[in-house]
Amino acid sequence: MTTTAPVSDRPHRTAARPSTRAGRAGGQHRAGWLAHVVLGLAALASLFPLYWTLVAASTDSHAVVSSPPPMLPGGNLFENLTYVWHNAGGRGMGVALLNSTLVAGAVTVSTVTFSVLAGFAFAKLRFRGKKVMLGLVLSTLAVPAQLSVVPLFILTKNLGLGNHLGALILPVLVTAFGVFFMRQFLSQALPTELLEAARVDGANSLRVIWHVVFPVARPAMAVLGMLTFVQSWNDFLWPIIVMNGSTNPTVQVALAGLGTGWSTDWSVITAGALMGTLPLLLVFALLGRHIVGGITQGAVKG
Amino acid sequence: MASTTAPSRNGPAGRQDTQPPHAHPSGPSVWRSRLHRWDTKGTPYALVAPFFLVFAAFGLFPLLYTGWLSFHRVSLYNVDRAEWVGLRNYADLFTGQVSHYFWNALLNTFTLGVLSTVPQLLMALGLAHLLNYRLRARGFLRTALLAPYATSVAAATLVFALIFSPEGGMANWFLGLFGAGPVHWEAGRWSSQFAISVIVTWRWTGYNALIYLAAMQAVPRELYEAATLDGANRWQQFLHVTVPALRPTILFTVIVSTIGATQLFGEPYLFGGQSGHQGGTDHQYETLGILMYDQGFHSSMLGRASAVAWIMFGLLLLIGLVNALITRRLRATQ
Repeated sequence: MTTTAPVSDRPHRTAARPSTRAGRAGGQHRAGWLAHVVLGLAALASLFPLYWTLVAASTDSHAVVSSPPPMLPGGNLFENLTYVWHNAGGRGMGVALLNSTLVAGAVTVSTVTFSVLAGFAFAKLRFRGKKVMLGLVLSTLAVPAQLSVVPLFILTKNLGLGNHLGALILPVLVTAFGVFFMRQFLSQALPTELLEAARVDGANSLRVIWHVVFPVARPAMAVLGMLTFVQSWNDFLWPIIVMNGSTNPTVQVALAGLGTGWSTDWSVITAGALMGTLPLLLVFALLGRHIVGGITQGAVKG
Repeated sequence: MASTTAPSRNGPAGRQDTQPPHAHPSGPSVWRSRLHRWDTKGTPYALVAPFFLVFAAFGLFPLLYTGWLSFHRVSLYNVDRAEWVGLRNYADLFTGQVSHYFWNALLNTFTLGVLSTVPQLLMALGLAHLLNYRLRARGFLRTALLAPYATSVAAATLVFALIFSPEGGMANWFLGLFGAGPVHWEAGRWSSQFAISVIVTWRWTGYNALIYLAAMQAVPRELYEAATLDGANRWQQFLHVTVPALRPTILFTVIVSTIGATQLFGEPYLFGGQSGHQGGTDHQYETLGILMYDQGFHSSMLGRASAVAWIMFGLLLLIGLVNALITRRLRATQ
């Protein structure tokens, strides 16, 4: 940890964008065979459990726990998926998938929109109390989900929202992380001159936001949207409390029902896991490069 | 606000022909300048309002309500009747009838946190360093490392529960290849916590590696060139150029991971199957998050669950405080 002073904090802040380009054009050194081997093993460790989910989901309850374990897909995949599709979570996986898509979709659209608006205000506008408010936003990052679970449970019960999807959407319409993320991005990516020019041309705030801020924010919106969707899709604690035992589960609740139920038919359970992960993996396979690019282009910086 | 759109659209467009763009509207529109002032003054608040409304309703209010509930006895089945019990819930946890579970859960949260955070971040740092080299198939490698992030807690945990299953699980088969005896992963304190931290590590290492990679790419190349001229080898460059430049990012990931570890819930809950809600048959991997769930939603003691939640909050504040002190220290030494 010995260090020389000038190296430390500065490049992180100032040189982010241009040298990101330089970095992408090619790192400092060409990697040797050892680096390739290590990274190859890491990639294998990352991908193998996914592959093995497919293998396990395509066997039957005996083959999946035999020794040595099966390494190639069996012939039961369709059968297992059909069973899960009809039986998981009470009304089947189809309902659960639809519910998760609705919830994650609504949360994503709302979080991204409100985060851009608030992030823009914190990045580029001057107003009284801004520093205090930004501090508040940051401090709420540390408020754990556990804190709101009991009151929200009581609240939803009293409002008759128990087992209702709205109970999963409302609390996360916008997040502190999203606001902070957009502020970081916009304070770098949105030139103040551009805003001033639009102002001089007579554009009011609404027009500035629509014609300048949103177009500039688009790449960050894509990344935040992806992060939010994944997070909402994977949310577990609150859905399991408010939707547990309901006939209207999200994917995670339906999967939990498979895992903690009486059946320990692993081929069925892994078929459920496969079905619950597949939509995200598909999105990831299609957009993987953009997602990776988004995260590596300084999406998240402390 | 929509009403202001039309005039300002027509106004400046017509004026631009006759006046330079820098000219201020002179004379005619007092109301317009008033609108303009209202716009610039009011807009920022309108823009940040949604966040604060949502936070007030679903962050701050529950925070206080949980605090209030933690001094009451509230049943899961009759949520409207709260009976004041003072500090009883806290006393139950610290010294009373469930203190054994509480201290056990606190310790487990700590050990699970260390087991899953430290190796994860060290590996992520190493992988990021390798990814920063010029590589074959770099796009594939990055995508592959991030793939676990796109799986859910439930799906990942269930698959790993099968891998660590005592009967016919792949982990025991693999150990068997080396002549090591089968381990009953779920039953032992350390073996179960090891298995759970494998799940956490598997899901988050690649994500952290990409965050580190982003920060590494922002390090000016001249620094490496200078270091090379000074005769530093790659390892020395990593230690003396990369790591110091990454310090803010490393601190950021440490905090985020620590917060995540403090709230660990889904992995232990699902890893245990039927006994997951209490963190294993013997509570051997019960975390604070599990304890809160078990007390509130299995034992129907919502007040006690609220007390656990507030203790978790206190812990996170403590972590935040330590972090602020460290950050200040770091700034001071520079």
